[in-house]
Amino acid sequence: MAALTIATGTGNWFSALALGVTLLKCLLIPTYHSTDFEVHRNWLAITHSLPISQWYYEATSEWTLDYPPFFAWFEYILSHVAKYFDQEMLNVHNLNYSSSRTLLFQRFSVIFMDVLFVYAVRECCKCIDGKKVGKELTEKPKFILSVLLLWNFGLLIVDHIHFQYNGFLFGLMLLSIARLFQKRHMEGAFLFAVLLHFKHIYLYVAPAYGVYLLRSYCFTANKPDGSIRWKSFSFVRLISLGLVVFLVSALSLGPFLALNQLPQVFSRLFPFKRGLCHAYWAPNFWALYNALDKVLSVIGPRGFLRCLTLCALSSFMFGWHVHEKAILLAILPMSLLSVGKAGDASIFLILTTTGHYSLFPLLFTAPELPIKILLMLLFTIYSISSLKTLFRRSFTLVAQAGVQWHDLS
Amino acid sequence: MEKWHLMAIVVLIGLTVRWTVSLNSYSGAGKPPMFGDYEAQRHWQEITFNLPVKQWYFNSSDNNLQYWGLDYPPLTAYHSLLCAYVAKFINPDWIALHTSRGYESQAHKLFMRTTVLIADLLIYIPAVVLYCCCLKEISTKKKIANALCILLYPGLILIDYGHFQNIYNSVSLGFALWGVLGVSCDCDLLGSLAFCLAINYKQMELYHALPFFCFLLGKCFKKGLRGKGFVLLVKLACIVVASFVLCWLPFFTEREQTLQVLRRLFPVDRGLFEDKVANIWCSFNVFLKIKDILPRHIQLIMSFCFTFLSLLPACIKLILQPSSKGFKFTLVSCALSFFLFSFQVHEKSILLVSLPVCLVLSEIPFMSTWFLLVSTFSMLPLLLKDELLMPSVVTTMAFFIACVTSFSIFEKTSEEELQLKSFSISVRKYLPCFTFLSRIIQYLFLISVITMVLLTLMTVTLDPPQKLPDLFSVLVCFVSCLNFLFFLVYFNIIIMWDSKGGRNQKKIS
Repeated sequence: MAALTIATGTGNWFSALALGVTLLKCLLIPTYHSTDFEVHRNWLAITHSLPISQWYYEATSEWTLDYPPFFAWFEYILSHVAKYFDQEMLNVHNLNYSSSRTLLFQRFSVIFMDVLFVYAVRECCKCIDGKKVGKELTEKPKFILSVLLLWNFGLLIVDHIHFQYNGFLFGLMLLSIARLFQKRHMEGAFLFAVLLHFKHIYLYVAPAYGVYLLRSYCFTANKPDGSIRWKSFSFVRLISLGLVVFLVSALSLGPFLALNQLPQVFSRLFPFKRGLCHAYWAPNFWALYNALDKVLSVIGPRGFLRCLTLCALSSFMFGWHVHEKAILLAILPMSLLSVGKAGDASIFLILTTTGHYSLFPLLFTAPELPIKILLMLLFTIYSISSLKTLFRRSFTLVAQAGVQWHDLS
Repeated sequence: MEKWHLMAIVVLIGLTVRWTVSLNSYSGAGKPPMFGDYEAQRHWQEITFNLPVKQWYFNSSDNNLQYWGLDYPPLTAYHSLLCAYVAKFINPDWIALHTSRGYESQAHKLFMRTTVLIADLLIYIPAVVLYCCCLKEISTKKKIANALCILLYPGLILIDYGHFQNIYNSVSLGFALWGVLGVSCDCDLLGSLAFCLAINYKQMELYHALPFFCFLLGKCFKKGLRGKGFVLLVKLACIVVASFVLCWLPFFTEREQTLQVLRRLFPVDRGLFEDKVANIWCSFNVFLKIKDILPRHIQLIMSFCFTFLSLLPACIKLILQPSSKGFKFTLVSCALSFFLFSFQVHEKSILLVSLPVCLVLSEIPFMSTWFLLVSTFSMLPLLLKDELLMPSVVTTMAFFIACVTSFSIFEKTSEEELQLKSFSISVRKYLPCFTFLSRIIQYLFLISVITMVLLTLMTVTLDPPQKLPDLFSVLVCFVSCLNFLFFLVYFNIIIMWDSKGGRNQKKIS
């Protein structure tokens, strides 16, 4: 029987959490899906039926390919599995085709790709130390972080109801963050470069990565007081970082460069190029300025996370053509911060509650109304309750300290 | 984390799973002329709203009993009436007499699903939460985990929210659970009232009637029939009679009314069994066609005798030694006896056995989980007919994971934890080498699970041979029946070999 327990993997709470949320995702298969479903079906069809030279020119459907090449290759690989489910979905002219097998395949592909997200969460949990608190499992920061990430309300409704592939993309991002925490900077940079070529919206947070890698990797040593030792700048490291980014970009954009299609690709990725560039970079510059301002205080990975969240938030506020879903870009990294300090936890709670509520208009159909309310309540009650319990000691300590100080004065 | 927050989260998870299962199709979707039992519920709202009470159970030009006539007790009719009023408020077309037959729309489906969820939320879920909070000798964490497992039980979710046949099972089971709570906590009058409401909602609850009767009678005897016991007996009788009179008031005015309702509730001329059910008679029918050989009244007598013979020992013990634990186990064995041997049993009736088993989940987690898995499996043909394969598999796996993580069931397979210690000690007096009981049970579990998984795979992927089109359904019923027989023996052993109400055998985990 012990063997059976191990086999079912349930001695491990993490597996139980991951399996549980996967089963919930399976239950969400018959829910409403948005036009993004057709978008991805169309991309499956384009990448499967047409040669590479046509990918960024094809315009039979209004949903043209507007993600970077790695995502196109990803759809290409998926299409080879899709043909066993329903050959018809791979026909470019089958607009709005959504047979039950197509639905099943697409939904399962999202659920399957979330494996990367689960792995990334696991890696992030390893970076959290829980020495301070709780002998009880549900009070450990690792447990709380796992629930906050794996059962994130926003991801659930955007990915598994509305239909998108954010799960594995955020998995890549979290994995790169985890690698940076573990001081494996090259891997972190590599993963982020790969991520950029999957979905270029992550450019919003590129400055944070840039500044942090510059600060913590290229400057190899600190003065005793923590500020930069300017002389310790390592050109080798800078060059190697640049090389990694360059190689990844070459792999991604190379074929299109060879076909002389680069302008077309960029016009797809950044529509209304002139206007977008203005707006795209303005908030980023603002964020960059803010970040540079803090560059001396960007000590360690936590500072990097704060910077990243700040970039994401400011781009959300001021960016061009921003989707509500982009709030996830701020919420997920913030989750990592929330289990560390009480102050971060309170900010996280405000951010996540309002951010998730702002996602409500995405699901406007009546049958999905109870689902979004129930899941939102579930996530909100859990996050507030668990974080409050985690930091109740520090809250009481702060309160006691406050009382003492008040008495003194 | 605070207890109430965790419990709220558990309830929210239960509600989410219920609602997502309800997003699937329902029985008879788009299949005229009879449609499915979804149509039955809608039709009952139409009948109760448009016709006077006297005509509800009678055949007339307005009320064709062949087209989903009312065959549940009056409380169901009143509930349908209540829903009809709400329906009238939203869209009168849904319940218009005659013209609304076969009405199907997205909005109406949503309405029907919502009525089920609300009924569940008001009656069944509070009962489960309160029951788990009142469990003794268990840590708070385990109580909440217990609630999670009960709320995730797949059978009830799939029938009420997926299958839609005879929905509102959660209402009658909820009332029965309030009844169990009441009599276990010594609020006998309230408990009896709740149980009477349950019987008046669905007559299948009569499966639970004997244990209630025996337990309360035993309590009265214990208090002494000359003093307090007699007073209690009289009070209980009054409550029961009063609740029945209240529910049946419109139908007691004429003898013909009462008789007609009874005829609708107990269709004795429908035969020993219908369709394929994991019942002794259906399984026996595979080898020997008793349904055709024996005349109707002999079948009735035979099923009556077998049922009562199999439940008598437990009930007598309950009268002589009334205890809360004995009561719950007797509920299980009694309902199981009825299920296996009784007349006109439906597959859904296994829910009447599953509810008491859920109640003893904390005492024998391993066997309860096993039973609840088999009970869900026994309904497989029904679920497949309604294209509920994905929700069935998902909810069963979720339930299994919840039970395994909450109770670590695979570590609780020793004789003591299976409550078989006194039994095996007795057997060892005659057979000293009888030490391998728990090993046998573990192997049986493995065999059972493997068989169930294999049969499920076969039913889904393969086509049955031409000569035996029902092969897989019959196999499912047969295998489930064997499992249920084993459980019948097991639960009866626990009851009979239980001493002092089992207080000395609990290990606090």
